[in-house]
Amino acid sequence: MNEQQKNPNLVDFIVVRWHLYAAIAYVFIAVLAGLSYSLQFLQKYPFPGVEYLSPGRMRMVHTSAVAYAWLANGMFGILYYIIPKLTGHRVLSQTLSRIIFFIYNFLVLGSVVLILAGHAQGLEWAETPAILDPFIALGLGLLVVNLITPIIKIRAQKMYVSLWYILAALIWTPMVYVMGNFLPQYIFPGTSGATVSSMYIHDLVGLFVTPLGIGMVYYLLPVVMKRPLYSHALSIIGFWGLAFFYPMNSAHHYLFSPIPMWTQYFAIVASIGVHVVVYTVVFNLFATMAGDWKQLITNIPVRWMFFGTLAYLITCIQCAIQVTLSAQSIIHFTDWVVGHSHFVLFGTFSFWITAWLYYLLPKIWKTEIFSGSLANWHFWLLALGISIMQIDLLAAGVVQGMMWRSMAPFIDSVVASIPFWWVRTFSGIMILSGELCFFVNLYATWQQSKRNRILAPNSEVVA
Amino acid sequence: MNFIEKFSGIFLIAGVGLFFLAVIGLGVIPIYMLEKSTPQLQLPATVPPDFQPDYASPTEYHQALHRGRDLYIAEGCWHCHSQYVRPTANENLRYGPVSTPMEYQSSLHLPQLFGTRRVGPDLSREAGKKSNDWHFAHLYQPTHVVPESIMPGYPWYFDVVDGVPVPNQDAKAIVAYLQWLGVDVIKRRDTVQTYEQQILPPRE
Repeated sequence: MNEQQKNPNLVDFIVVRWHLYAAIAYVFIAVLAGLSYSLQFLQKYPFPGVEYLSPGRMRMVHTSAVAYAWLANGMFGILYYIIPKLTGHRVLSQTLSRIIFFIYNFLVLGSVVLILAGHAQGLEWAETPAILDPFIALGLGLLVVNLITPIIKIRAQKMYVSLWYILAALIWTPMVYVMGNFLPQYIFPGTSGATVSSMYIHDLVGLFVTPLGIGMVYYLLPVVMKRPLYSHALSIIGFWGLAFFYPMNSAHHYLFSPIPMWTQYFAIVASIGVHVVVYTVVFNLFATMAGDWKQLITNIPVRWMFFGTLAYLITCIQCAIQVTLSAQSIIHFTDWVVGHSHFVLFGTFSFWITAWLYYLLPKIWKTEIFSGSLANWHFWLLALGISIMQIDLLAAGVVQGMMWRSMAPFIDSVVASIPFWWVRTFSGIMILSGELCFFVNLYATWQQSKRNRILAPNSEVVA
Repeated sequence: MNFIEKFSGIFLIAGVGLFFLAVIGLGVIPIYMLEKSTPQLQLPATVPPDFQPDYASPTEYHQALHRGRDLYIAEGCWHCHSQYVRPTANENLRYGPVSTPMEYQSSLHLPQLFGTRRVGPDLSREAGKKSNDWHFAHLYQPTHVVPESIMPGYPWYFDVVDGVPVPNQDAKAIVAYLQWLGVDVIKRRDTVQTYEQQILPPRE
């Protein structure tokens, strides 16, 4: 609060709010697109025969909305808060941040429309239409310039661990985006393209979402628990382990493919090396929580961060198992991988962002969260929903892989998967209802904040 | 060792250095090896007999292949159908010869469509497995030919003439593309049947 008083315009709360509101709106698009796509697997798709809502296009809307709309908006909003707070300097230009917000979200909406109109780019996690890619790269470049300026101003000082991750991610993200969207689209065909593409698929998670997510949690956990971070040395090992191992994981998305085998072996070894990162980060976070576990019950953000960290540990242990060639032989191409990626992007990073939303929104609105009971429902519906989905899809993956290897006709593996797909849709409904609880709770909190402002009109309004 | 907690160390070593180490080691070098050792794959010089009524010249046929590929991307087909055969899990028996870099070095593989999920079967050896008519029926409504299929239908690629759906140019382009996939690898289709074809009665 001291910094805030010294420099009242340190954080531009308007742009923080815009990004967070946009993120909350997009999470519904993402969940609804995913849920309707899952109904196709049960032959119960709600819009059969409608060209612009075809399930194949809906799937691309689902993944793009998760990565570029929900996660990115949430993270950008939080960055506009963390970076000025940690550096004590404003971002380059608050007008620029608002312009970037509009450019970025215009492009995100445009890409949803163009994907539905049939202009998707044929690259996994990069389905954003090729025509929009240069503008997104430009927007990301502006964003980085805007956000990196306060970090450059403190270049002579040692930085807190969150800033290491954020700084590195800010440098990586535009490079990764340009590499993954232009090289395989225009220059390298076939196997060479797959080599670049696999790098992009992994780097999007490993060098954009993961470092920003970890950086956010390293900031929020000590703040809300009012406890110091357990170990500085562990955070150094964790960060440098991530910087070293994550970029090399690339080819593990195309194992047993025509990519040179030594590249694949290298990627496998590097993927197992990721354990160094994971155990240090997870131990550091859990050790910070240890001794004050009752906050899991009393403190809403801590609960979300705990589940997110647990999910991070589980997915990464899974990663080192499934990346081996013997496991790949069975589970590659199956629902196992789908379950894994849901647990990463939803179980871990969405939970961490939600922890931030529960911390930041009441703070912005200068009020308490409206209903603890709705917050409980939100947490348990999402936590149970994603856990059921994960276990269900892992099991489905093993069944599919075994049936393919057994040489049963392909359609038999589809028929055998139908019960699993029912459970998956059910878990999706749980997640949607959880998000609805969240939305209702936030709306009530917002109304409550307006009432408070009328009751105490002289109180300072942050935003 | 102060620099590892400061701007310079993180910017130069982690941000730029380690990233480019990975890009060079696992990107540039394998791509250099691949591009140097893999000859360019030519598209078919003649129009296959099945498509001669539709496409007069090889140029038109090649345009149709590209159009079919673009629609294959736009509809997200590649999210449910992979395009490579792995040397494991009996895939060579189910689909055909194991994939090699050579067969992917063509303009139709830019961008690559390897795929990472098989909700439906792999398509990299699809050429000649089914007739064109089967493909049209399947594209219009998959459950008409495979009752248990969960693939969506694509009726907007068909014009209704006298109450009967007739494939339009786009549907023909998609089928031309599907019938091209793996054509260079499976010329021996007549003599070597895949395991699935041997044990299954042909579907009508």
